[in-house]
Amino acid sequence: MHSVTHIPAGPRGDTFDETTTNRLAIVAAGGRVPTETHPAIAAEPIVLEIDHFNLYYGTKQALFDVTMNIARGKVTALIGPSGCGKSTLLRSVNRINDLISSVRIAGDMRLNGMSLYAPGVDVIELRKRMGMVFQKPNPFPMSIYENVVYPLRIDGETNRGVLDEVCERSLRGAALWEEVKDRLQENALTLSGGQQQRLCIARAIAAEPEVLLMDEPCSALDPIATTKIENLIAQLRGEYTILIVTHNMQQAARISDYTAFLYLGRLLEYGPTETIFQSPRLSETLDYVTGRFG
Amino acid sequence: MTDLHPRRTARRAQSSLLGQGEPMVWLTGGGLVIALLMIVGLLALIVVQGVTTLWPRPVVRLTLDDGRVVMGEITREESYRPTSVQLDALSPTSARRARAEMEANAGMLHRRLVRVGNFELTGDHFQWVDHVNVVLEERPEWAVVFERVAWGRFYGIPKAFLENGQPVAETAEEVWRRFMALHSTVVARRAQRRRLETRAIGAINARLESARLAMRAAEIRSGTASVEYETRRREYEQTAREVSHEFARISGEIAALNAENAKAQLVVQTGDGRDVTLGLGDIVRAYPANRLTAMGRLAVYLSRWWEFLADEPREANSEGGVFPALFGTAVMTLLMSLAVVPFGVMAALYLREYACGGPLLSAVRIAINNLAGVPSIVFGVFGLGFFCYLVGASLDELFFAAKLPNPTFGKGGLLWASLTLALLTLPVVIVATEEALAAVPNSMREGSYACGASRWQTIKRIVLPRAMPGIMTGMILAMARGAGEVAPLMLVGAVKLAPELPIDGSFPFLHLHRSFMHLGFHIYDLGFQSQNSEAAKPMVYTTTLLLIVLIFVLNVIAVQLRTRLRRKFASAVF
Repeated sequence: MHSVTHIPAGPRGDTFDETTTNRLAIVAAGGRVPTETHPAIAAEPIVLEIDHFNLYYGTKQALFDVTMNIARGKVTALIGPSGCGKSTLLRSVNRINDLISSVRIAGDMRLNGMSLYAPGVDVIELRKRMGMVFQKPNPFPMSIYENVVYPLRIDGETNRGVLDEVCERSLRGAALWEEVKDRLQENALTLSGGQQQRLCIARAIAAEPEVLLMDEPCSALDPIATTKIENLIAQLRGEYTILIVTHNMQQAARISDYTAFLYLGRLLEYGPTETIFQSPRLSETLDYVTGRFG
Repeated sequence: MTDLHPRRTARRAQSSLLGQGEPMVWLTGGGLVIALLMIVGLLALIVVQGVTTLWPRPVVRLTLDDGRVVMGEITREESYRPTSVQLDALSPTSARRARAEMEANAGMLHRRLVRVGNFELTGDHFQWVDHVNVVLEERPEWAVVFERVAWGRFYGIPKAFLENGQPVAETAEEVWRRFMALHSTVVARRAQRRRLETRAIGAINARLESARLAMRAAEIRSGTASVEYETRRREYEQTAREVSHEFARISGEIAALNAENAKAQLVVQTGDGRDVTLGLGDIVRAYPANRLTAMGRLAVYLSRWWEFLADEPREANSEGGVFPALFGTAVMTLLMSLAVVPFGVMAALYLREYACGGPLLSAVRIAINNLAGVPSIVFGVFGLGFFCYLVGASLDELFFAAKLPNPTFGKGGLLWASLTLALLTLPVVIVATEEALAAVPNSMREGSYACGASRWQTIKRIVLPRAMPGIMTGMILAMARGAGEVAPLMLVGAVKLAPELPIDGSFPFLHLHRSFMHLGFHIYDLGFQSQNSEAAKPMVYTTTLLLIVLIFVLNVIAVQLRTRLRRKFASAVF
């Protein structure tokens, strides 16, 4: 856990000290701060709108009024210290959080204008429109081939030609085809960690998702595998909209077009990556990206 | 303070065991050693007794000082402290020797238990012989052990071979040669007779019974005055006439076979010089025990094992084989698994994958775990009360009314025994499956959900395959537990001697209502219900050995399966 004890703690509740200007202190005291959203984003075509989104685990609120638009075909990085809610936000997009029974939400998200949280939304259909890559590679205990075509299999696709084509396209897309094309029927668990993660990416793009969600995809990998994944993300940019959570500041700077800085469930600043890392509007963001806290 | 430290180190150094040896290592290790010794001792006892039982032993002839002659196999020896009554019964010379031996052996005398056989002559299968009484001990070359269809073993020396009552051979060697030449044909005829008795007569009995049931069903449906009943009655009488002809024909065949077998007879002289005539048809196996070479002994040993595994029991189960018990155990265990695995897996799936956690779920889990600890006889009582008397009786009234008052399903039987044991082993399967499901990493489920899979698709395609090793292990452990259970089976269908196997060639091939034999119950019956307890005791060990081997094999399969499947699902890097 990252300590924030050096921030002067204000009184709890919404009545914080008005004279405090440090947003971190305000947030730590439970107060609200406006999000600094850079105008560059408004110029982009939007694929996903997150609209005043709040999330609670039981009585504990994990996300506070997050509002942000995700640009189509771009890589958007979510950064922030541990426990800031970036993974929670990511997992809210494809409603994987629904599996936790204590989760409640307020606000909405819209994918290409369609509400994700409106009553009557078919969650299963919704998830098919997104792909997700997890922190630890989680290939299924079956062959490489079956792993990749899994999203099609559950849709009932049995046409061998279609499956073969999707398998090859996805594996090529995930830069894994050359390495595994001769052993597609082998168990996926025989692959190395980095290969497994690329296989998971291939699986995530097999169904041509509108958004690709990545939850710290490199945190369990060695540097070489990490480089390969980063190169892959760079390749996928443009074709897919990627929302990626990362702990690694350099990674965010290297691979993303836009960066959102979250702190204790609040979105503090959101703008083009270059600006966020070099001249952010908020001193708190600068402190974080230069490693002065967090 | 300065004073305290040196003293403390000194004390530690003195008690070096406490200091460096860690006494708890010795305590816990000792506990383990005792446990292991008990297991090894139990296994050694059963294996040694079970393996040696069927080995042919030499036949000795003991001449006693009162002129009696005892011939047979020595089964065991012991030292005992004789009472004064026993000492007074000895002859003067024996008493003198007995006193000398007792002085040398701290008041103990030595005696041997001889299997004397010849039950119809002596009224005994076994006889204790005091060492001091024996004046002559010899091993007659031509002493032959006869294992018979009835009356147990016979020990004697072949004297003559009779064909149609006329002696055709007079020396032991010649008699034995003729016996060997003819015995296999006689055995084949006996087997044919047995087939006729069971299959052919069984078939015509079944035919007559079905005609009677049709008549009875018509009577129940429309009364005795109806046309239908009258037709059925006439059909029944017609069948009865045909059947009696058929029966007479088969009886004739059997009588012919018997007569053919009765032509050959042996005259055998017992140890005390009496001549007895034995029909060849009554002899299962015979061997000249004292003339056998090592290979010959091995051949007898193996043939006995084959008989033990593949034949039906004789002589109130104390002789012959355990095949029906082995078969019954296997079929019952298989049916039990068919019943318990789907239910157990479904229940575990609901508990682990669907149910929301909470006090109710915990309560259900605790209840299931407690169910595993309920004494098995309780399940037997439940099976008897619920399955046999309630469900079975209702089934009888609905579908087998014509057979009443004879119960079909309203009594213990294979089906009810399997279901009772399924209930008994349900907790084992549920707990094992739940553990296997819990061991499937959540990341797998999330990965599947993220691909847009529904809950059931995730379970079917990801969770169940991954949990399969654990589920299989649970299933086989349940099978091992079920195969060894006896107490509930005594109430719901295991019997001492089942006339028919639960699976046979007559429609519908699997007879779920039949009573069956079971290895565990067979052991109980041999050990505690047998009249010839000395002969039955070694068979108890042999049967126990068989049961242990069966369960050991099941467990080995479980372990193998688990490691095989685990290797398949083991991750390469994490």
